[in-house]
Amino acid sequence: MTATDTARTTPARALTPDRRRRDVASTVFVSVLWACLLVAALFLFYVLITIVVSGVSRLDANLITQAPSTIRPATAGVQPAIVGTLLVVGVTALIALPLGIAAAIYLEEYADPRRWFNRAIELNVQNLAAVPSIIFGILVLAFVVRAPLNFGAVALSGSIALALLILPVVIIATRESLRAVPREIRDGSLAVGATRWQTVWRQLLPAAVPGIATGSILALSRAVGEAAPLILVGATTFITFTPDGLFSRYTVMPVQIFNFALQSREAFIPLTYAAILLLIVILLALNGTAIVLRNRFARRW
Amino acid sequence: MVNPGKDQHMSPTSPPGTAQDTAGIHLAVGDRAPEQPRSAGAAMATENLHVYYGDFLAVRDVDLQFDDRRITALIGPSGCGKSTVLRCLNRMNDLVPGARVEGRVTYHGTDIYGPGVDEIEVRRRIGMVFQKPNPFPKSIYDNVAYGPRVTGAKDHLDDTVEQALRGAALWDEVKDKLKQNAYGLSGGQQQRLCIARAIATRPDVLLMDEPCSALDPIATSKIEDLMGELVQDFTIVIVTHNMQQAARVSHSTAFFTAQPDEHGDRVGTLVEFDRTLKIFEDPADKRTEDYISGKFG
Repeated sequence: MTATDTARTTPARALTPDRRRRDVASTVFVSVLWACLLVAALFLFYVLITIVVSGVSRLDANLITQAPSTIRPATAGVQPAIVGTLLVVGVTALIALPLGIAAAIYLEEYADPRRWFNRAIELNVQNLAAVPSIIFGILVLAFVVRAPLNFGAVALSGSIALALLILPVVIIATRESLRAVPREIRDGSLAVGATRWQTVWRQLLPAAVPGIATGSILALSRAVGEAAPLILVGATTFITFTPDGLFSRYTVMPVQIFNFALQSREAFIPLTYAAILLLIVILLALNGTAIVLRNRFARRW
Repeated sequence: MVNPGKDQHMSPTSPPGTAQDTAGIHLAVGDRAPEQPRSAGAAMATENLHVYYGDFLAVRDVDLQFDDRRITALIGPSGCGKSTVLRCLNRMNDLVPGARVEGRVTYHGTDIYGPGVDEIEVRRRIGMVFQKPNPFPKSIYDNVAYGPRVTGAKDHLDDTVEQALRGAALWDEVKDKLKQNAYGLSGGQQQRLCIARAIATRPDVLLMDEPCSALDPIATSKIEDLMGELVQDFTIVIVTHNMQQAARVSHSTAFFTAQPDEHGDRVGTLVEFDRTLKIFEDPADKRTEDYISGKFG
């Protein structure tokens, strides 16, 4: 034993070199990372605290039950904008989810990637996801609000604009969830004589639902916070009534906030912050739901 | 149906092989294969089979016969095209973009690539078990019931599931937990579940693509025993890397290798096809002899 220990002293010494220089380098590196993180987090907290402090005085029942008013800002609320957001985003989901999921199923399960038009569609979908949202507003303004469809500046026009906006995101999220289902599951299903459609409907979609739901909710939460395209298709009006249908004039939360911010009177300031706070809460709730869905139902293959 | 004798055999009162498989591990595999009775000629055959992936010739000129209710083993080194040939037998290669088949693959004399043949119907008669156990993320019951459900055979589903699980020597292990998720089973149990799933649609032919390569020796031995039972009702074609396995379970063996063609591309080629005993004891081709004696591959 002793002999062996002595014999191995020299190589063992190589394991304990002077570590100081290396330690300094890694400490500096970790400190820089921490500093970057701190800057981002501090800024975020500053914004959140400012909003809470400035808006908390108007975080009352009036905020969600009253209509906006230029005459009595102290008791005004954003009730029409809440209803408008729910209506517009709900219809957006009804349009975008079936279209997006169906398109993704086609691209992922049926399209032959060697055909040029399938590749063209794929390239376009990816590019559409990067198109600035106001472009979709202009598109809908030109084709839906005005001729040929001539719907006017109504809630349905807003839904169409948002649906077009999030469609590429839904398609990409759905395709990724479908792709995550292992090939063995497809093979196993087809090998017992299931058709492609049965395989999609009974195996792939159920397995992909958590991913599709997560991606869709995140896309919809983007739609909730979107103002630019809606400004072009009619959400600008300072309305004081609750929208009552698809062809009603409407406004949504971000546009309402924008309108409040334009007002010059002092009493609008807390109202604006309170409305922002409400929007943030809605978005956090949506994103939280997405995270919970992903953690609870996501499958590891 | 395709297999008139099977219903009787798979009835709950005479579970095939169940008692033996659960009483203990049956290690005495070996000469079971030659004892098998009756063969009504070829269930399937390939004639001049060439398989292309795009422009790449993967397998050339394969002529094989798969005798009814016999086990045929396809062996050979990696890349020799044995799995490709297997996947042609139930048109699973249709799913690979660019895959193309030339020549004939016949099922009881009918070309399964012929006009008017429905690949879905082909797969209902020619079942498949894969290399990696691939149960669906569903309950044990729903896994076995999947085939009958998608093929519309939903009557007496409970009986069908029980018979299939008994046929795969799994019933006694899972009968009290049919509603549990199949992912809770061990690897060997999952593979037998996949066999149960494959036989639940009452196919005629069972293709097995290296069914034991992901399993430990005990689970492998159970599957091999099971194959000895299944061959009474099914024609079995098995791809295996394990030469001992081919020697233990099969009646006939086809040896493939990858031969360079005139452009230097390696093309899967059938070297020798004969009774298993002949292949392993007196191979006609030097390449076969080298492979089975461990000189290459």
